[in-house]
Amino acid sequence: MSVTGIGAAVRRKEDHRFITGQGRYTDDVNRPGQAHAYFLRSPHAHAKIKSIDTKAAAGMPGVLGIFTGADLAIDKIGGLICGWMIHNKDGSPMRAGPHPALAQGKVRYVGDHVAVVVAETLAQAKDAAEAIAVDYQELPAVVDTAKAAGAKTVVHDEAPDNTVFNWHLGDKDATEKAFKAAKHVTKLDLVNNRLVPNAMEPRAAVGDYDAGDGVFTLYTTSQNPHVARLVLSAFIGIAPENKLRVIAPDVGGGFGSKIFIYAEETVCVWAAKKVGRPVKWTADRTEAFLSDAHGRDHVTHAELATDAEGKILAMRVHTTANLGAYLSTFSSSVPTYLYAPLLSGQYDIPAIYCEVDAVYTNTAPVDAYRGAGRPEATFVVERLIEVTARQLGKDPAKFRMLNYIKKFPHQTPVIMMYDTGNYGASMKKALEMIDYKGLGKRKRDSSRASKLRGIGFSSYIEACGIAPSAAVGSLGAGVGLWESAEVRVNPVGTVEVLTGSHSHGQGHETTFAQLVSDRLGIPIDNVSIIHGDTDKVQMGMGTYGSRSGAVGMSAIFKALDKVIAKGKKVAAHVLEADEADIDFADGHFTVKGTDRKLDFGSCALQAYVAHKFNGQELEPGLKEGAFYDPTNFTFPAGVHICEVEIDPDTGVTRIDRWAAVDDFGNVINPMIVEGQVHGGIAQGVGQALLEGARYNADGQLVTASFMDYTMPRADDLPSFEVGMTVTPCPSNPLGIKGCGEAGAIASPPAVINAITDALGHEDIAMPATPQAVWRAAQKSISRLAAE
Amino acid sequence: MATVSLTVNGKAVTANIDPRTLLVQFLRENLRLTGTHVGCDTSQCGACLVHLDGKAVKSCTTLAVAVDGASVTTIEGLAADGALHPMQEAFREHHGLQCGFCTPGMIMSAVDMVNRRGHQLDEKTIREDLDGNICRCTGYHNIVKAIAAGAEAMGKGTAPVRQAAE
Amino acid sequence: MYAFTYHKPTSARQAATLLAKKEDAKILAGGHTLLPTMKQRLASPSALVDLGACADLKGIARKGRNIVIGAMTTHAEVADSAEVREAIPALALLAGHIGDPHVRHRGTIGGSVANNDPAADYPAALLALGATVVTNKRKLTAEEFFTGLYETALEEGEIITKVSFPLASKAGYAKFRNPASRYAMVGVFVAKRGSEIRVAVTGAGEGGVFRWPEAEAALKARFAPKSLDGLKHTAKGINGDIHADPEYRAHLIGVMAKQAVAQATGKAG
Repeated sequence: MSVTGIGAAVRRKEDHRFITGQGRYTDDVNRPGQAHAYFLRSPHAHAKIKSIDTKAAAGMPGVLGIFTGADLAIDKIGGLICGWMIHNKDGSPMRAGPHPALAQGKVRYVGDHVAVVVAETLAQAKDAAEAIAVDYQELPAVVDTAKAAGAKTVVHDEAPDNTVFNWHLGDKDATEKAFKAAKHVTKLDLVNNRLVPNAMEPRAAVGDYDAGDGVFTLYTTSQNPHVARLVLSAFIGIAPENKLRVIAPDVGGGFGSKIFIYAEETVCVWAAKKVGRPVKWTADRTEAFLSDAHGRDHVTHAELATDAEGKILAMRVHTTANLGAYLSTFSSSVPTYLYAPLLSGQYDIPAIYCEVDAVYTNTAPVDAYRGAGRPEATFVVERLIEVTARQLGKDPAKFRMLNYIKKFPHQTPVIMMYDTGNYGASMKKALEMIDYKGLGKRKRDSSRASKLRGIGFSSYIEACGIAPSAAVGSLGAGVGLWESAEVRVNPVGTVEVLTGSHSHGQGHETTFAQLVSDRLGIPIDNVSIIHGDTDKVQMGMGTYGSRSGAVGMSAIFKALDKVIAKGKKVAAHVLEADEADIDFADGHFTVKGTDRKLDFGSCALQAYVAHKFNGQELEPGLKEGAFYDPTNFTFPAGVHICEVEIDPDTGVTRIDRWAAVDDFGNVINPMIVEGQVHGGIAQGVGQALLEGARYNADGQLVTASFMDYTMPRADDLPSFEVGMTVTPCPSNPLGIKGCGEAGAIASPPAVINAITDALGHEDIAMPATPQAVWRAAQKSISRLAAE
Repeated sequence: MATVSLTVNGKAVTANIDPRTLLVQFLRENLRLTGTHVGCDTSQCGACLVHLDGKAVKSCTTLAVAVDGASVTTIEGLAADGALHPMQEAFREHHGLQCGFCTPGMIMSAVDMVNRRGHQLDEKTIREDLDGNICRCTGYHNIVKAIAAGAEAMGKGTAPVRQAAE
Repeated sequence: MYAFTYHKPTSARQAATLLAKKEDAKILAGGHTLLPTMKQRLASPSALVDLGACADLKGIARKGRNIVIGAMTTHAEVADSAEVREAIPALALLAGHIGDPHVRHRGTIGGSVANNDPAADYPAALLALGATVVTNKRKLTAEEFFTGLYETALEEGEIITKVSFPLASKAGYAKFRNPASRYAMVGVFVAKRGSEIRVAVTGAGEGGVFRWPEAEAALKARFAPKSLDGLKHTAKGINGDIHADPEYRAHLIGVMAKQAVAQATGKAG
């Protein structure tokens, strides 16, 4: 392993600009003549718009234009789309209402977009927005996930019972049969709390229109600028793709929320032509709370059947998923194909049946948030497993190991074909790291200090590297999920890699360069990674679902294969040897059995000067592209163990220690991978202990700022012990599985299992705030007293 | 309009501004120093931290006109003569950043912490003193490590503890 | 923010003259409550009178059996003050835990006291220590000064110039922070001055800061955490929100009171 190659903890190339304040985020972009947009948003969760009077506002200082849904309709600007078709149990398609970028006739959640004001300054735009008179006829709001289906209030006429779809997966009959034969059945009611992603950089957009050549440019906070261009062109109708350039510059975190194509960027780029000026919009934090797609929000009943020995026989799950007021870009896939296929966890479960009802409510749209469906599935599985072990009086670690899948490949009853893994190895390592043997003493010590100590396990699995295009196509995806790469070798042997992946914190500029440096044997400083601009990169599917390593780097790998193959042809001419006799290693082309060689840079030069070969027989130049379509999902898996100490007097839960052992397959940069694990755990701990988006009965978001929505801060968290085991992924050339979401998927059940272990009962929901834990601890104390 | 004169990263600047201009707006929009970020509206996330006469403050909750005559150091002014500040170096060395958005505020907070508490910072102190800085990417694990190491490096005199501009 | 005119007097007297002249003017101290409110367009003063250059409003001095703190003294200055640390360590501790380090560099005692946010820390200290609020017009006891939620006895144009804290023989402060905002969800300041014992509670009361007479009586018998065993504050009149309902907050008053007494008596664990 070289110091900058695959497997090395290379310090990040991109850091210099960030630590010196030279990062370039969307809000840092300023175009000449730029105007500012401000969105007038609905103060009501549900209302008919009887009229919008913009006359007074239009005459106010600095106002360049005020637009409403009617103006979009006149220009034939289409609505926002949901790109994944889900079918009901009866085979009929899901029931989706329209999603205009600016409201047309009705508003459906607090924060819904009513009008946009474009003015010289933001303050002037806000002043004018206050002067717009909207006549609303308020309607009752439907807010509660569990009560939305069949409620009197209807969010969209297209879904008269507020149900978007009733979907199912698995073998119902086999599952019922297994439950009948079971010795023990565990039943749980679970709520997966609604979260706000809260990337620290709020969403932003700058739309620009060049009247000279009719080209639109959109700078936007996107995880996938090419998908944004595709949707804005082909579905929304802003401009043909060759007349629309989308740039996602430095992006300050995404976690899923910046995958989607939102109203604001649509309106900004369209309005730039309307007012003849570049138009900038940047969300403030409250706007982000109101209008970013939220995550999770499931209500679930789950059951697990076991035999007399504790072997799992079957699982059945019913989930109601809240999709909010409109279907966001990939919302329908999250509680279906990203959820139910993971319900087998790491376990050999012969039969699984899952039903999902997705509902509309008068709340912000819900879509993918870090883990997307897989944290929800893992929470169901790992809570069921833990509670079952407790009810059967078995050690939770041993109970898991008894039921682990041990032979691969393994076909689950819910679509997935697990390719490889060694779950027991991760568990054993995690038990050592947490000092499981010392737990009894630690519990006694805590007890002496009037504290409650508990331990919680989570054996998670996720399906990443999404995904084989044919497979997702058959499940309803509107796109293929391959990735593209182009490797441009310059005549001096430096390399530019153009990738369709997008880095918004993941460190691609370093890890991708490590791959290139390693394979071409050139210094890492000679490699530049270019992403996030549709004018530079031909096409790409972007970054989400822990896919950039497994899919994005595999595309680069394939392109590098082609570069090396072409280089061999050039070297054969230069070295006057047969192409079949040329080897390439450590940055040199050599002739087998001789000392004749050509370094990579010289080969590149020869490819461009083209003096040594016939340009009709061998094309000059050294530039290759590749599209990589995965052959399977990848299956990162691992064990996280959390140990907590609760102060029953205040309800404060302190995480005392955390051991994480993950199998991500081969690792390119362990420093970056560990960083991904840390961040994921923090978000999962946030879900378990701190975070929860709350709407009141009127549909007002009660948690619309950091004053009320609890973000994890440094003193809420411990340092984490992170270890790894490795079973290389067989389905991609680098053996990578993906690491971006693991922490967020693994951690919520680990925390709740630890808290319930400490409490001695299962009656606590997420987030387990001090108040909730205090109340639950009172119950523990009164139970103990009664015993 | 009001006139404001400041020393920003060692350079004197004077401008005529609307009194409602926040210090962060003045830095980002008037001076195009876009390293200072805005991540919330409620003075909590700390992405906007700058040093005002040597002390870390939230530039989103400070009127530019109210600090007339003061000396301001932003993330752009931390590296002296092209050499990274030891705290900047520590954040890179310990992978204390991912998306980079909170990073300028984190680094300014960290340097302020050292100025207030010295060079030997334990984990508990660092975590408690990061009360006013929110990061969504790192889980703080590597930020805490970076700050401890950066504090120590600052003590070794690899760079001045306080910048000349402060 | 809406537009306003900006004024920066150099003395309290000048400030008072300006305030008298400008209709709908507001005082700007540290700005850490006022500016966020104005950013959200929830306040629209026509003029701001910034006290930042009033040298006569700054500084900390020991005057006989009192610590006198100028209104424009920042939380950081109080927390770091050798005089305060020596004379009333609990007050320094309280100031050192308001907001976060950056807020403490700007936020001032005068601003905090004048705003009387029900979740602010200082009101508990003023009430428990029997402090006097000095304005450009008069002197007010803490009881007279704090009149309700965000309400004080301050009249139009009246400016707090300093706060005078009598020394206590024992004092302690403990707070349970709101997990999201980090403001005091419940804060309890206990103080013993001669035979007088006061227990003041912030963060919890529907009407702002208040005293807890039952705890004061219990501590009078013996000033020790144990004296509060079994004592429960009623949930009546206590705030409820998504983070803490009245019952939980009332419970925390008892827990924090004990912690405050433990700290005051040097028994904090």
